[in-house]
Amino acid sequence: MKLNQLTIQQAIEKLDAGVITSVDLTQACLDRIKEIDDKVKALLTICEDEAIAEAKAADARRAKGEKGGLLGIPYIAKDIIMTKGVRTTAASKILENYIAPFDATIIKKLREAGAVLLGKSNLDEFAHGGSTENSAFGPTHNPWDLEKVPGGSSGGSGAAVAADMCIFALGTDTGGSVRCPAAFCGVVGLKPTYGRSSRFGLMAMTSSTDVPGIIAKTAEDTAIVLQVMAGHDKYDASTPEEPVPNYEAELKKSPLERGVRPGRTGCVKPGEKKKKCDKPLVGLKIGMPVEYYGEGLASGVRAAIDEVKKKFVELGAEIIEISLPHAKYAVPVYYIITPSEISSNLARFDGIKYGFSDKEAKNLLEVYTKSRGKGFGREAKRRIMLGTYALSAGYRDAYYLQAQKVRTKIKNEMDAVLNEVDIILTPTQPTIAYKIGSYTADPLQMYLEDIFVIPASLAGLPAMSLPCGFDQNLPVGMQLIGPRFGEGKIFRFASAFQQATDWHQKKPIL
Amino acid sequence: MSLHKLATCYLLPDMLSKDEVKKVAALARLELTKDELEIMPGQLSNILSYIDQLKEVDTTGVEPTAQVTGLSDVWRADEVEEWNKQEVKAALNQAPEILGHQIKVKKVLEQD
Repeated sequence: MKLNQLTIQQAIEKLDAGVITSVDLTQACLDRIKEIDDKVKALLTICEDEAIAEAKAADARRAKGEKGGLLGIPYIAKDIIMTKGVRTTAASKILENYIAPFDATIIKKLREAGAVLLGKSNLDEFAHGGSTENSAFGPTHNPWDLEKVPGGSSGGSGAAVAADMCIFALGTDTGGSVRCPAAFCGVVGLKPTYGRSSRFGLMAMTSSTDVPGIIAKTAEDTAIVLQVMAGHDKYDASTPEEPVPNYEAELKKSPLERGVRPGRTGCVKPGEKKKKCDKPLVGLKIGMPVEYYGEGLASGVRAAIDEVKKKFVELGAEIIEISLPHAKYAVPVYYIITPSEISSNLARFDGIKYGFSDKEAKNLLEVYTKSRGKGFGREAKRRIMLGTYALSAGYRDAYYLQAQKVRTKIKNEMDAVLNEVDIILTPTQPTIAYKIGSYTADPLQMYLEDIFVIPASLAGLPAMSLPCGFDQNLPVGMQLIGPRFGEGKIFRFASAFQQATDWHQKKPIL
Repeated sequence: MSLHKLATCYLLPDMLSKDEVKKVAALARLELTKDELEIMPGQLSNILSYIDQLKEVDTTGVEPTAQVTGLSDVWRADEVEEWNKQEVKAALNQAPEILGHQIKVKKVLEQD
């Protein structure tokens, strides 16, 4: 196995044992980027010299006795996350030459942990989209089939992990932007609970649902990264002072440790030697929303999810049918709340303080209108327009306020279900990756692709997409939605599934 | 798809006229190209008529949700904090025109 193909867990083991160095690992990733990124186009910026310097520093720290965590692990960050001294474009012409003056809190935490930044990945402009086609710098291609989209908006991060250009990547998820590319590219994508990690230094899209997320090769790896990223930040008032659990310990909790009565199948009886549990999920309940399995779900995706169901039953879990009657309103709610917040958040790009400023402007008003008109791409403009309209006098109550009220219903409904079951299981996307250009003329069709991922965003719940099969040689992803701050539960289900299956080990041939 | 409500919205006349689109663009301080002005009324109308289904939800007595953290009134002392000088300089240097320690802009008040 090549070094760039390693998971975080495997790489840390080799680094701690002194078998490899961070420089070896980083160089292997940089070589892979050079080898294939002409075809995939996952990256907007490569930080070659900086990465080697950071890798050397990590090796020096390890030589002094430091171990574990993310020390010396190379990663890629979505180009909407501020990285000090490095170009940060949001894949927009308006920020084409913008150099971030400071680090986002999550980048700072990763830097302190010794992770190595390899570069910045492509996305839909300002994270507006689900295919990475809305990038001002051209689309990213799916490593499984270069004619297909990688999903989005964190499509560059998804493609980079799938093609082993890095060990893991950071994305952001506002309405599925980490989970969708994870599903389309056949990798693991975690959207933590809203507020679990700081948003400081993420360019704001929809402040009430924006979450920094993780794309990696295994569920365990996302747990390792979240351990470093999670926690309260004084620069983000929406991060509660909720203690961060030890996720590794959460992951390994056996049924007995969870309070399942000894003697039941799969449980180790007191006094018995601890052995590998073949029914690690005994005593846990999985809810499957009936509304999610109607017509419109691609048959190949449905077939893959049916197999997942069987596997979870084998692992000891109980499957329960649940109902989320308001989930069908998630897309319309999202496409009011999101554009509304976008129209406000993107007001800061005005040609005055930073970013593109049109030299042809004759007066102050023209500086605004022309810089924004030439700087923003079509989808960003569409969303600014929708939001401005929805918030304008006479329409606010009918659209924005009503959407916020329906959001309450969606949230309450999901919270109530998660009191009855441990986790909700759904497909991540209704289809597999589609051909580049399929929906360019019809934005509404594209919005509808987000139907399964949006509810968890509106409710602020943690959710993960993980590979669970193939349809027409393209990956299928399943989604696990957990209770608020219940990432540990998601890790337990995902890890049990990945120990019993090998979907996550399949690699695209490039 | 059972979760999707489609089809009918394509048959409705545009909810948003070209003039309304121009007005909203002016409010948003956004210059639209000729092409965009042509497509935008239809595309936005399509999306809005899809969104219209929200009206069928009974929300009597339901509080709106603006955020989901469970937090309320997060306070901090109103104190000026020192920021890294280099970062301040790097931030200022991103402006199209600076004069000393300030960003230079066009006249705010026009003379007649």
